[in-house]
Formats: sequence, structure tokens, C-alpha cells
Amino acid sequence: MAETLPTQTFTVTRADLIRYCGASGDFNTIHWSERIANSVGLPGVIAHGMYTMALAGRAVSVWAGAPDAVVEFGVRFSRPVPVPDTDEGTEVVVTGVVKEVTDDGLTKLELTATCNGQKVLSMARATIRKR
Amino acid sequence: MPLDQSFVGRSWPPTAPYLVGREKIREFAAAIGATDAEYHDPEAARAIGYADVVAPPTFPVVITMTASRQIVADPELGLDYSRVVHGDQRFAYARPVVAGDALICVNTVEEITSRGGHDFLTTRTDVTTEAGEAVVTVWSKLVQRGEE
Repeated sequence: MAETLPTQTFTVTRADLIRYCGASGDFNTIHWSERIANSVGLPGVIAHGMYTMALAGRAVSVWAGAPDAVVEFGVRFSRPVPVPDTDEGTEVVVTGVVKEVTDDGLTKLELTATCNGQKVLSMARATIRKR
Repeated sequence: MPLDQSFVGRSWPPTAPYLVGREKIREFAAAIGATDAEYHDPEAARAIGYADVVAPPTFPVVITMTASRQIVADPELGLDYSRVVHGDQRFAYARPVVAGDALICVNTVEEITSRGGHDFLTTRTDVTTEAGEAVVTVWSKLVQRGEE
């Protein structure tokens, strides 16, 4: 049976998105303005896809045991992560399964990221080299 | 209007070097809640063999998003950025980005396709040092939604 990695849960609030805007340089208004997000047909402010990917990347780095152990990392953004204007925000839950350990020591992971029980990333895969 | 297919295979001149700052890596790591010592403490980074703090895996997008304006802002390509959403993202690392790196991006359009009224643009950015050492290759797929 495939090895399952411990589930990791990340809280995402509006303040996190504002901080990520500044750190990443991605100031797209749908990540901080309810008004603009609604005007383009979104239910509200959504997280940057790259923020969700960064959280999945944190999970991968923790599983790998070192920040520099990631060899390859790819995702498809399948559904937005709405972030309500509350103290609690929302949660992104990341799980992973080991799909393969190659002869040259690489571990291939398949990841799942969900928010409110729905998949927000698909085809999410990482290859790591354990230190 | 569909995207100009003649862009497939096109590359742009290398970008000016992006100088990776220690505080920028710390700021990015803090923004994503990454507290590992190697992202913040140069001594911890040296202990695993790097000259300075290392960047989290998705940090290169800070550099490549700016660099890819070369492509997406080219009027001949015909991309309407107000209809663009991020489809896919992938990184293949030769090594992590480290504070002190001066990184150059070479952008290439790998693929342009259309399906169900939407256009898909796949770009590849080869990120290297000024000396030409490979650091990371970054693929992005952008989706231009069909007009209503």
C-alpha cells in the first residue's frame, strides 16, 4: 500500500493575502478588493493561486525534511480559494501520497489540496530528494 | 481574437539580472508562514551547504512573473490580460535560489492551443546565473477565457 503523508492544515486570512501581495509583487485586485472581485463574477476575494501552491510547497518541504530537497513541483489551479473577511479566514488542507521511489533515490509525491472539502489543486505533484 | 500561433517557439532576449536579497527571501518566507531556519538564518543555510539563506520552492515566481511581461505585454501576441487566469504552474530545480544570486530569465513560448472557446498559453522561463549556471526552469500555463 502506498505511504500516506501526514495531513497539514493551513489557515488563510485576508491579512495573509495582503502580506503575500507585498512579498510576491502580485497586487491583482481580486486578492484584496471584495468590490472588484464581485465585479468580475467571483463570490469574493480569492487567494492567489501561487499562495495556495506556496502552502502546498511548505507541506512538501516539511515532508522532505529540508527546504532545498524539492527537485520538481507542479500543480493545476482547479478552483479558487475564497477567503472571507473574518478573523478565522479559511483553511487549506494538504495531503500527500508516495507514488514511487526511483532507483536514483527520488521520491515522487501526489498531493491533494482542499478548501471547504473541494479540491483547489489538481495534478499536483512533487519530486523530492530526501537529505 | 485567438492568440498569434506564430509565437510558438519564440524566445526573448535575456532579462537584466534580478539581484536576490536576503530580506526579500525572509519577507517571502514569512508571508507564506515558512519558518524553517534555512529561509531566515544564513548560518543554518551554510550548515546545509549554501552561501546564504535559501528561498522557498515557489519563490522563483517573484522573478519570473515580472520577466514574463516581455511575453504577455507584447501587443502582437494579442493577449487580453483582463480575461487571463492562471492555469498550471511547474518548477524544475537545479538548485534552490539563494540570497546573493543575480538571476537572468530567458522566456520562451512553448505552446498555444485553443479549446472550448478558451486560449491556452504555455511559457517556459529558464532562470540562470549571470555565468550561465542553471538554477530553475519555470513553466506557466495561462488561460484566456473566451469572450462572453
